[in-house]
Amino acid sequence: MNFDLWETPTVQADGADEGCVTFVLHDEDHTLGNSLRYMIMKNADVEFCGYTITHPSESKINFRIQTRGGIPAAEPLRRGLNELSDVCQHVLNTFQARVNEFKERQEQPME
Amino acid sequence: MEFDMVGIDAAIANAFRRILLAEVPTMATEKVFIYSNTSIVQDEVLAHRLGLIPIKADPRLFEYRNTGEESAEEEGSEIDTIQLQLKIKCSRNPRASKDSSDPRELYLNHMVYSKDIKWVPIGNQADVFADCCIGPVHDDILIAQLRPGQELDIVMHCVKGIGKDHAKFSPVATASYRLLPEITLLEVVEGEKAERLKQCFSRGVIDLEDINGTKVAKVVNSRLDTCSREVLRHSDLKNVVKLGRVRDHFIFTVESTGILPPDVLVTEAIKVLVAKCQRFLNELDSTAME
Repeated sequence: MNFDLWETPTVQADGADEGCVTFVLHDEDHTLGNSLRYMIMKNADVEFCGYTITHPSESKINFRIQTRGGIPAAEPLRRGLNELSDVCQHVLNTFQARVNEFKERQEQPME
Repeated sequence: MEFDMVGIDAAIANAFRRILLAEVPTMATEKVFIYSNTSIVQDEVLAHRLGLIPIKADPRLFEYRNTGEESAEEEGSEIDTIQLQLKIKCSRNPRASKDSSDPRELYLNHMVYSKDIKWVPIGNQADVFADCCIGPVHDDILIAQLRPGQELDIVMHCVKGIGKDHAKFSPVATASYRLLPEITLLEVVEGEKAERLKQCFSRGVIDLEDINGTKVAKVVNSRLDTCSREVLRHSDLKNVVKLGRVRDHFIFTVESTGILPPDVLVTEAIKVLVAKCQRFLNELDSTAME
């Protein structure tokens, strides 16, 4: 089963197994591929998760997820994306808090 | 700027580094209209050099220009283009003395620097950007050299782009990270051996403590180590230390070109990654509805 994201979505059924899906993500590379793979691998329901760049001249990745227990593969993908988003948000908040702290400490000796 | 990120995995740290290099947008010269170039520098070489000059304009206030429909001569609107002008002519200095050979005395305007690039506001840009002057970040970038009679008359259009498209759009001089080195001493090292151990590492990493009259080596600040592994060259010292890295402690070094301050760049990079995730979440949701 193939999901073509960010272009006309085409779904090709690969038997009745919804748990094994290869998503084709356009305009992506290792930046999102590797970090998303890391987040999804932490999920215990996922039996297999990996991505390949089919050809370096084309900027698209084949992202494969295989779940155990018949869970539809879009679910760990969605969860992984949400978790990655949360991690980034946390990093952003922590970073901004620390930078503000640092800037205040810089200004204090002048006062 | 240098900052530490602790507790994160290599995949995500690398994603931030890649985004800082290639996917944070900036403004840079894209189209160069050369009305007159009688200098010795070829048109395309000059255009290439002009493209690489960093332009001080906050890219968050501009939109991307959509290509395709517009013809090559299209002016571009005020929301997506910055217009810059470079108009300079070299002439002989009438006040120079008869027998000097110094070009600085003989000619006027013979070196074209980036400070000669002037901003031409389009539309309402003059009001919107009244306080922050738009122009090159640095004034002393040498663009070309001229001799009397040669002139440059160039108009440049700057657009928003990302480093993936062309390296001139990269907002960082460089962005890199290293892992925090971890040096553990497996046994007590004292005396002359401790002195030699201290020499093997960068200054400040190992300190000699005075315990009961003998000097004992102690790891004080492993962050300063440059990991040259000099200690492994000495046969008696190499079994005493264990060199490694802390796997989730990343020391990022971000050097900005001056367009945006480095802490703003890091926050923008994190937002880009969040936006990527959101894009795919929206796609997932919209395909699930069908």
